[in-house]
Amino acid sequence: MINLLVNGRKIAIDVEPEMPLLWALRDELGMVGTKFGCGAGLCGACTVIMDGEATRSCITPVSDAADKRILTIEGLGEKELHAVQKAWIEGDAPQCGYCQSGQIMAAVALLSHNPRPSDADIDAEMSNICRCGTYPRMRAAVHRAAELVKI
Amino acid sequence: MTIALSRRAFIQASLSAAGGLAIAAFAPELAGATTIKGEPWSPEAGKAPDEVNAFVVIDPDNSITLRVAKSDMGQGVLTSMAMIIAEELECDFAKVKVEYASANRNLVDNNIYQSMGTGGSRSVRGSRVYLQQAGASARARLIATAAARWGVEPAACVASDGLVWHEASGRSATFGELAADAAKVALAGEPAIKTPDQFKLIGQGLKRLDTPLKVTGSARFGIDTRLPGMAYAAVANCPVFGGKLKSYDFAAISGRRGIIAAMPVTNGVAVVADNFWRAKEALHAMPIEWDFGAAGSTDSAQFAAEYRAALDGPLADGGGHGDINAAFAQPARVVEALYEVPYLAHAPMEPLNATAHWQEDRIDVWMGTQAPESALALAAKAGGVERKAVFVHNCFLGGGFGRRAVNDELTQAVEVSKALKRPIKVVWTREEDIRSDRYRPQAALRMRAALREDGAPAGFNFTTAVGSITRSLGWGKVENGIERMAVEGLANCPYRAAALKVGVNLKNTHVPVMFWRSVGSSQNAFAVESFIDECAHAAKRDPLEYRRARLEGRPDFLAVLDALADKGDWGKPLPKGVGRGVAIHEAFGTIVGEIAEVAVSDRGEVKVQRVVACVDCGHLVNPLTAAMQIESAVLYGLTAALFGEITIKEGRVEQGNFDAYPIARMADAPVIETHFVLSGGDKWGGLGEPGTPPIAPAIANAVFAVTGKRIRSLPLKNASLGA
Repeated sequence: MINLLVNGRKIAIDVEPEMPLLWALRDELGMVGTKFGCGAGLCGACTVIMDGEATRSCITPVSDAADKRILTIEGLGEKELHAVQKAWIEGDAPQCGYCQSGQIMAAVALLSHNPRPSDADIDAEMSNICRCGTYPRMRAAVHRAAELVKI
Repeated sequence: MTIALSRRAFIQASLSAAGGLAIAAFAPELAGATTIKGEPWSPEAGKAPDEVNAFVVIDPDNSITLRVAKSDMGQGVLTSMAMIIAEELECDFAKVKVEYASANRNLVDNNIYQSMGTGGSRSVRGSRVYLQQAGASARARLIATAAARWGVEPAACVASDGLVWHEASGRSATFGELAADAAKVALAGEPAIKTPDQFKLIGQGLKRLDTPLKVTGSARFGIDTRLPGMAYAAVANCPVFGGKLKSYDFAAISGRRGIIAAMPVTNGVAVVADNFWRAKEALHAMPIEWDFGAAGSTDSAQFAAEYRAALDGPLADGGGHGDINAAFAQPARVVEALYEVPYLAHAPMEPLNATAHWQEDRIDVWMGTQAPESALALAAKAGGVERKAVFVHNCFLGGGFGRRAVNDELTQAVEVSKALKRPIKVVWTREEDIRSDRYRPQAALRMRAALREDGAPAGFNFTTAVGSITRSLGWGKVENGIERMAVEGLANCPYRAAALKVGVNLKNTHVPVMFWRSVGSSQNAFAVESFIDECAHAAKRDPLEYRRARLEGRPDFLAVLDALADKGDWGKPLPKGVGRGVAIHEAFGTIVGEIAEVAVSDRGEVKVQRVVACVDCGHLVNPLTAAMQIESAVLYGLTAALFGEITIKEGRVEQGNFDAYPIARMADAPVIETHFVLSGGDKWGGLGEPGTPPIAPAIANAVFAVTGKRIRSLPLKNASLGA
């Protein structure tokens, strides 16, 4: 059994230690807000936050996630929307929406260690792929979220 | 079917009971704004007892559900289509709910939703009139019902904000009180629909209804489907298109944890397990032998040579006017250039997938499809049941761009579900998604212009050699050697010349081709708009002024071009190493002009810094989602222009994931400014695609402005631009 701490809840699952965290979340725990995009850590659709760091769950063995604090999109807006989610709505960021869970988690992680990122910081750290081209609106929304956090 | 409650299912059940871990909870402030369910499909039969008509359902509690018979792959139709109905219905738009119409209902109820296919930038321009009519018709019935109850003339009543009023007596009734009777009203004639000057809702930049779902992880995409007893299938499609499965060794993997079965499916072989990761890992480890056939020795260099050679004929007549021979008889100068583009994959962020539950007497399908009616027919065929017994539960689409118009993955899901008699979710890995696509065709274009002494073109002779989409899909017969997709943007070239001749050689390889955002315009605009720049350069004229002079008699193009010159700062100074390129193109009834500001470093690195787009689509339903579509189309085209290339080696696609098939990321994204230059009138142009064609030539022309190097082959990453 592997002990996970997902969105503040303890869960023990009996899976192969090398199973990527993504598939443990989606197929074992039914938490499908975290998305499969590439399976190779290239696109970031699977991004979750693990011990405060944006982590690509499709290449993270579930054994590496054991006993770490895992935050997924399902846990982010549970009580009140996070500033990033509010800014995303305000700025009309999503189109098809498929990459947005991962983008939002990446933005949350970015702001947690860089509360006022520059455009260059955003370009450097927000490396997730969006095929709909929502980048300009997401960039603006990250700045807006930084303001909302401050307020 | 009985399925033992698996340990996993038990965990899910207990987690859900314990606190909704398995279900994304809506934050309290969103609860009131939940106008679309995470599962957007309509109830199974698609017919509600309390519907006023097929598009409008009004419950006694005044909640209003509007049905949308198009698929939302990001373009915002769930919002814009609903706005069109609500415009006429006169309800409070803030309170409407929206769901997908049922393809099954459309089949059994006399095509009541007309075409449910989504593509060709057609949703608004193809369905606006009948959606307005559906809203107006429902409103007229609600008014007639109220008038009959009150014994007054319908003409003395008005509908607004979800109420019918009789102004003279001050009486009113809610839509909810009237709906049940309204459904039974027979109108003497259908009411007239509003003209644009009467619109109140259409034209407003309302926020998308699906955004709250998409920032909380609550929107259900096809790949998120979970059903009791469902198993997961990973598929290996034959790596060479048209090849065949020879054998596979299930025994080599059957002892692995969670593995349930392996079986042949259309185009390949599937491995089924209790978890997708287990299925794909086992599939990867399973020995498979294929018969690749004759195509197994082909490659891209060969195809490029064949397409170039095909430009010499035989050529079909692709349209034109005037006497091309006379135009080229005594030119002051002939400008000629060869343009080449590669195959392109769609690569939507959600890899292709489909979930099917086959039963003796019915099939249920969960997936995101651009073509629910075709999906229904495919499932019926694959599963051997009647079409009217197939129910397609259309989900949110994680991108489409044309790819989800043909659902190869659904056939496989039905085949496996039927064989194993349980719900099956087929998911293609990213590698399968890229390597088993139906691609934007590879093409070669020879562009020739006869210029007069003053630099004006006397004639254009355009020749294209390109794969036929009609033939590749088997969708009917190619007549006279041409298809519309091959010549769009060539045959209707807007630049005035005494003669235009378009020659076409439709030539397919074994690589399947299909609709890719903007279709033939994606390559034809690159050729035409780069070539007109070459003509301007040969004539020693400013590229924008040269275009302008050729567009006399096209006030629609001129209005866009002039706005573009202004908004895009044409002619204003730029830093060293930065240049502007312009392109303008009409596709799907919409004219889009774009100016790209592009920096090229000494080492030849290209960065698109700013894109200004001016758009004439006639009218707008929702300026916000319209602008988002232009931004999206620009970035989709920018990715293709800079990086997009599918190459073939030994008959198979070389690229498999985003390392080899790169997509523009945040750092590649320019500032994008969109301006609408609306001509109004009868014109209702499309918006999903027309923003894509101009960006590649605008970037290439900007690169020329900076470096003097003309880009005649895409993608730009292959060009040598360093000093």
